[in-house]
Amino acid sequence: MTSLHGRSIRLLALLAAVFGSAASFAQMDFSGEWPVVRSQDNTDNPHLGEYVGLPLSQEAIRRAEIWDASIQSLPEWQCRPHSGAYIKRGPSNLRIWKEVDPASRQIVAFQTEWLRSTNTPIYMDGRPRPPEHAAHTWGGFSLGEYQGDRLKVRTTHLKEDYYRRNGVPQSDRATLSEYLIRRRFRNEDYLTWVIVAYDPVYLTEPLIRSTEYRQDLHQRVPPYPCTVVTEVVRPDGYVPHYLPGTNDQIYSFADAYDLPRTLYFDGAETMYPEYRFKLQRAREAQQRD
Amino acid sequence: MTTRIDRRTTQPRAASWPLAAAVALALLAGGFTWTGDAYAQRSGGRGESAAELDWWPVRENVWMLVGAGANITASVGPDGVFLVNTGRESDSERVLAAVGDLQDQLNAFGKLDVALPERGGAETRSRMPINSHPPPKPIRYIVNTSSLPHNTGGNEALAAAGVTYSGGNVAGTIADSAVGAAVLAHENVLVRMVSAGAPFEALPTDTFFVDEYKLSTFFNGEGIRLVHIPAATTDGDSVVYFRGSDVIAAGDLLDMESFPRIDVERGGSIDGVLEGLNYILNLAIPEFRTEGGTMIVPGHGRLADSADVGYYRDMLTIIRDQVQALIERGMTVQQVVAERPTFGYEGRFGSDTGEWTTEMFIEAVYRSLKEE
Repeated sequence: MTSLHGRSIRLLALLAAVFGSAASFAQMDFSGEWPVVRSQDNTDNPHLGEYVGLPLSQEAIRRAEIWDASIQSLPEWQCRPHSGAYIKRGPSNLRIWKEVDPASRQIVAFQTEWLRSTNTPIYMDGRPRPPEHAAHTWGGFSLGEYQGDRLKVRTTHLKEDYYRRNGVPQSDRATLSEYLIRRRFRNEDYLTWVIVAYDPVYLTEPLIRSTEYRQDLHQRVPPYPCTVVTEVVRPDGYVPHYLPGTNDQIYSFADAYDLPRTLYFDGAETMYPEYRFKLQRAREAQQRD
Repeated sequence: MTTRIDRRTTQPRAASWPLAAAVALALLAGGFTWTGDAYAQRSGGRGESAAELDWWPVRENVWMLVGAGANITASVGPDGVFLVNTGRESDSERVLAAVGDLQDQLNAFGKLDVALPERGGAETRSRMPINSHPPPKPIRYIVNTSSLPHNTGGNEALAAAGVTYSGGNVAGTIADSAVGAAVLAHENVLVRMVSAGAPFEALPTDTFFVDEYKLSTFFNGEGIRLVHIPAATTDGDSVVYFRGSDVIAAGDLLDMESFPRIDVERGGSIDGVLEGLNYILNLAIPEFRTEGGTMIVPGHGRLADSADVGYYRDMLTIIRDQVQALIERGMTVQQVVAERPTFGYEGRFGSDTGEWTTEMFIEAVYRSLKEE
């Protein structure tokens, strides 16, 4: 007589054999229409000076401090999309489709497109990465490989951009390791996109973020043409910025939440739970003073 | 996709000790004269050449050669070769070999052929199955975007390997008119090179002293403009615009590896560099969303587009404004250096060592602003 325990083990073994082997001949398809799950902690407009949770180098903090949002009105800035390091966490509506080789029927690339952002192919066909002296783009150059049902993506050749839309810079030396995980939950398809950013210039530790998307077959990603206009009449070559030490607006975040202004300079510390104790001590000291 | 050159001819040969010793002795004996000024030594005018040379396609006939001390832009096609800058002198033989290798590879696919009808005369069959390709045409033009040695070091060898097509009374009257490639530059490049003792064979042969010089005819299917940018990294800077390919060779105005190497001694200034970058931004048109379109070959580092130039312009404007504000507070150059107006950009473009340090850049900005 077979025990319940024994039958469970055999069932699990059977399931493992079926689904484990399935991954070896049936690759996960990430194609689809993927609106972002907005109930997740999102990245709506951040405060000026809101740098918490980012492992920023002191040079990045200086760049953020002297940043003036008015720079976005320059002709060279007006039609820029969010780059590959930002938009995946941005986020906006995502569309993914497959390019298939007509002869081998193998996947050449997953094409990814975000609303008001960039199109970036994730190449799957084993092509080599371009040399460093090739041009960099907003989306960067991405190569993908399956790790079971998960897709691992490595992205290089990014242009300079930002990690947060309040002047926090991302250098063009940044690279990304990304993981795409597709799963079903309560009869709906979800895509988790994990982004790990490495930036030798502006990050002191890897920055790890993720975004949840949920399949919606009725999604539209409309065109987003952009026309550069003269938004502000200025002298030729004028670039809006603050001189160091003159930008009081960066304190708006700390002041709004009654936090110590020194938190701007704490970089990677602000990512960890223990940081709240430091904030608490600073707040208490502030109240004593 | 990169097109790699034939390493058999372009890889540096393994140096033998006797050869190395001979080179060292020659250096000690002062065999090199015209790059002996302070800046030439800093910028490695005859410096060591170790980097692998690599061609990178920019667009149409225009290519970028990386690894010769400074980027070299080349138009390679049926009319021959048009070079923007010639790299370090010590790399000139390798550069010459690289140009030949690229031409050979393009020629094998008929990319350098002058267009002829596929069928002709009484012959009704195509020429293609039995045809071959004529030898590539030589280097015909060289442009120097400044007088700095990493841009002019290979002039002598590369010009000597080239040809100027000449005829009629010109060839009869000017005996050497067909000898070597034409070397084009702003007049101040010639003045600076002569005063630095450059050999006659390395000097520009055709100079201009106005704002712009246009090549008189199309070359490899397009018009080419040389635009003078006064008082930029030197007083003789030019940018070269390939109108059909829509590529700008920016020379040292754009350096994707470091802060711009402003040589105040040779008439350079931060405001001139900014004027040049703003000129490039006005000229360039991106393809879509501020990306692609007009491509810009920097003097050093990776290929760029107008968005990259925009970032570089923003950075230099911000640094210039910070230095200016510190000057207005009465600070000396040492005090300004100590204030680190470059902080925020040093991790990307700065250096504490080597031929062009952050401190040297700040000093150059300070001096050029003080001298205005």
